[in-house]
Amino acid sequence: MGALSIRNVRKSFGTVDILKGIDIEVEEGEFLILVGPSGCGKSTLLSMIAGLDVPTAGSIHIGDRDVTHELPKDRDIAMVFQSYALYPNMNVAQNISFALEMRKVPKAERAAAVQRVATMLQIEHLLDRKPGQLSGGQRQRVAMGRALARNPKLFLFDEPLSNLDAKLRVEMRAEIKLLHQRTRTTTVYVTHDQVEAMTLGDRIAVMRDGMVQQFGTPDDIYTRPATRFVAEFIGSPAMNMLPVDVASLGAEALTVQGTSIALSAEQQAALRRQPAAGLVIGLRPERVQLGDRGIAGRLTLLEPTGPDTYAFVDTPLGSLVSRVAGTVTQRVGDVVSLNWDARDLHLFDTATDARVG
Amino acid sequence: MPRLVLAPSFALAFVFIYGLIAWNGVLSFSASRILPNYEFVGWAQYATLFASERWGVALQNLAIFSSLFIGLGLGLGLLLAILLDQKIRVEGTLRTIYLYPMALSFIVTGTAWKWILNPGLGLEHLVQGWGWSSFTFDWLVNPDRAIYTVVIAGVWQSAGFVMALFLAGLRGIDDSIIKAAQIDGASLPRIYWRVIIPSLRPVFFSTLLVLAHISIKSFDLVMALTAGGPGFATDVPATFMYAMSFSRGQIGLGAASATVMLATVAAIVVPYLYSELRTRK
Amino acid sequence: MKNTFNRFAIWSVLLLFAAFFLLPLYVMVATSLKDMAEVRDGNLLSLPGSLNFAAWHKAWSQACTGTDCGGLQPFFWNSTLMVVPAVLISTALGAVNGYVFSKWKFAYSELMFGMMLFGAFMPLQVVLLPMSQVLGWFNLADSIWGLVIVHVLVGLATTTLFFRNYYVSLPDELVRAAMLDGAGFWRIFWRIVLPLSTPILVVTLIWQFTQIWNDFLFGVVFSAGDAKPITVGLNNMANTSSSVKEYNVDMAAAMIAALPTLAIYVLAGKHFVRGLTAGAVKG
Repeated sequence: MGALSIRNVRKSFGTVDILKGIDIEVEEGEFLILVGPSGCGKSTLLSMIAGLDVPTAGSIHIGDRDVTHELPKDRDIAMVFQSYALYPNMNVAQNISFALEMRKVPKAERAAAVQRVATMLQIEHLLDRKPGQLSGGQRQRVAMGRALARNPKLFLFDEPLSNLDAKLRVEMRAEIKLLHQRTRTTTVYVTHDQVEAMTLGDRIAVMRDGMVQQFGTPDDIYTRPATRFVAEFIGSPAMNMLPVDVASLGAEALTVQGTSIALSAEQQAALRRQPAAGLVIGLRPERVQLGDRGIAGRLTLLEPTGPDTYAFVDTPLGSLVSRVAGTVTQRVGDVVSLNWDARDLHLFDTATDARVG
Repeated sequence: MPRLVLAPSFALAFVFIYGLIAWNGVLSFSASRILPNYEFVGWAQYATLFASERWGVALQNLAIFSSLFIGLGLGLGLLLAILLDQKIRVEGTLRTIYLYPMALSFIVTGTAWKWILNPGLGLEHLVQGWGWSSFTFDWLVNPDRAIYTVVIAGVWQSAGFVMALFLAGLRGIDDSIIKAAQIDGASLPRIYWRVIIPSLRPVFFSTLLVLAHISIKSFDLVMALTAGGPGFATDVPATFMYAMSFSRGQIGLGAASATVMLATVAAIVVPYLYSELRTRK
Repeated sequence: MKNTFNRFAIWSVLLLFAAFFLLPLYVMVATSLKDMAEVRDGNLLSLPGSLNFAAWHKAWSQACTGTDCGGLQPFFWNSTLMVVPAVLISTALGAVNGYVFSKWKFAYSELMFGMMLFGAFMPLQVVLLPMSQVLGWFNLADSIWGLVIVHVLVGLATTTLFFRNYYVSLPDELVRAAMLDGAGFWRIFWRIVLPLSTPILVVTLIWQFTQIWNDFLFGVVFSAGDAKPITVGLNNMANTSSSVKEYNVDMAAAMIAALPTLAIYVLAGKHFVRGLTAGAVKG
């Protein structure tokens, strides 16, 4: 029995199905990420875990209690909203202690909790200020403080870093991770940013159109994406996708635009087991070596990021991106060669979107 | 809980608004005179209503008054708003001056203008004193002209309000659109005519609605300024209804006139409310 | 050159209309400070000879409104007794209703809101007759409380509209956060929503005060004798066909009736404007 169980949860508004059957088990102390593009249903799912919305079917369990129809205040959870939702008319200390006030916690205990949380988040000097007088990052911390003061069984985060600028986002991300390591509270975190997902999560649920495409550790998701969508969604720059010529399916070697692509033994075995009517080959940019052997192509664009350089190359297979450490000696317009290890290829069935082998 | 809290208010409002409207409807189909008498007479009261010369005058006055009141009100309000928008230093003071009449009761306005337009001692006397000895301004007691005095007083009271609405609308227009037009080479009057005024359409419509609403209800102003007179030359449906219901003992007829007023207002307001509540979720 | 001409033209028009709007006020005040001899001998615009408040005194305590000759004083107090409860009750109920309609939507709540809203737009003539019957049943026909009830019922539509439109702009997440923190319907209203309502409260109170104090229709239909509000008193005074018309007293009476709402306008005019635009522009 995990800390949080989501069992076959469905949600429909009229004829529209927002969630089409979600099953997720979260262990005690685990940091779960719900990630996906807008409209995939992740925020709706979070609302249901919080109790702000009720599923059309299915159930939600926290610990061993079925809380599907329980009010938010009875579920012992705390939530950090995207816009922080701090009470504008109360100061920081009152914001943090409000929930404790609602539960009739005595004044002394409330003050102690506020102190504890303020010290943890380094906001002691802000306790008397109102939210309107705080910066974005400070408001974020107060919102987290409000959640921490409750000492709940479950933390929920709804895209809390979206409103911050890039630099602050990176800082706050680290703080959230450190906080989780300290408190070990089970957390569900919603984001559309795959970098946040990869860096923060113990396990990630990639969602699309109301369904979970893949549920696993960041490493699983990155190295063995279960569907084409997951492969393209996670990882930047996105995975190179090469459609396989239909005529070459079932033959000894696959071809892309006429050029032959070598496969590993396991891949060939998987294809024999499950022949596909259409295939697309995926290849991560960092696995594409820029060198003097392999497929030849013309360098069309260079994007230096500092630590890496992304090289865009026009080849007979199509346009490919290669991610090279450091800088590149070649220049735009030069002819370059790209090569890779066959074991780094990912094969996806175009009919089902699923991984083959 | 929310439903429980809302229920009494809603029930009250529902009964008050719709229950009483229905009751008024019943009265309009009855033979009531001084006291309610629930004998059903079909459309008889309405027939009497539309055959009445006085009601005809009232409707005609309403048409004249409404069109002039709304037209002049919108025009003057828009003009003042545009002028005030030209970065005038004492804008705040001028705005206060234009708007204060809205704070007054229509009775106060009517009483004041009744004095100003007094044939013997008011405007006429003033201008004659300045030298134009043949100047007459007896509109107040002239059956053909009296309704226009109501227009004057009404526009005086409400133009400031229209100005405030348009000014708020003008201020709400995105600056960058105007800057783009300036870069495109348009002159200021052109910009006003082609860009700014068209984007005031929503304000225009809601102001039109409010002015129309005020004009249909206009009871206080007429009562104070002319009491419907001379005779019933400045009667409007609102004063007609009052006279029939409360001084002439013709409750059924009064109820019928009220129902007609309601139908007129509903025809404008209901589609507007419907579209507003649909689009604005 | 053209620019200065334009500025001159703009200023002239603006000042011309400023005069148009101010003149009646001047005439009212000036006439009220003259005695009848000055009124007849002078004209609308002539200054009074001295600050003669005799007409004011007469309007307040001696002028005749029909058969009573006690001045406007009793009517002034009637209006006060009527306005205060009516404004407070209609505002309070409107706040709670607006809160429900904006933050606690349920099936058909928009429809219910629309139906309540119609009350703000309908011509009041259509409820006059039935309402006078109802008030008669409860023996409130000619009392101040009858007027209070009518004004509350009619004002409810407008106050609900004001508060609902204002609360819609408060973030929904505030209410959700409070729910998660364990606050219920009333607690959220008291601790979070109401403290954030100061702007709209001010606007609504001023608007309601102005509407109810200035009302004439309900005053003249639903009151008699001792309960008449000041607008009815003023109208009776100005329209009595008694022997000699005392225009200076009429003007003084008009000023007395106008002073409360004018004072509020001068002191809190900005909020008054916001009230008008909030009510009308937002539909």
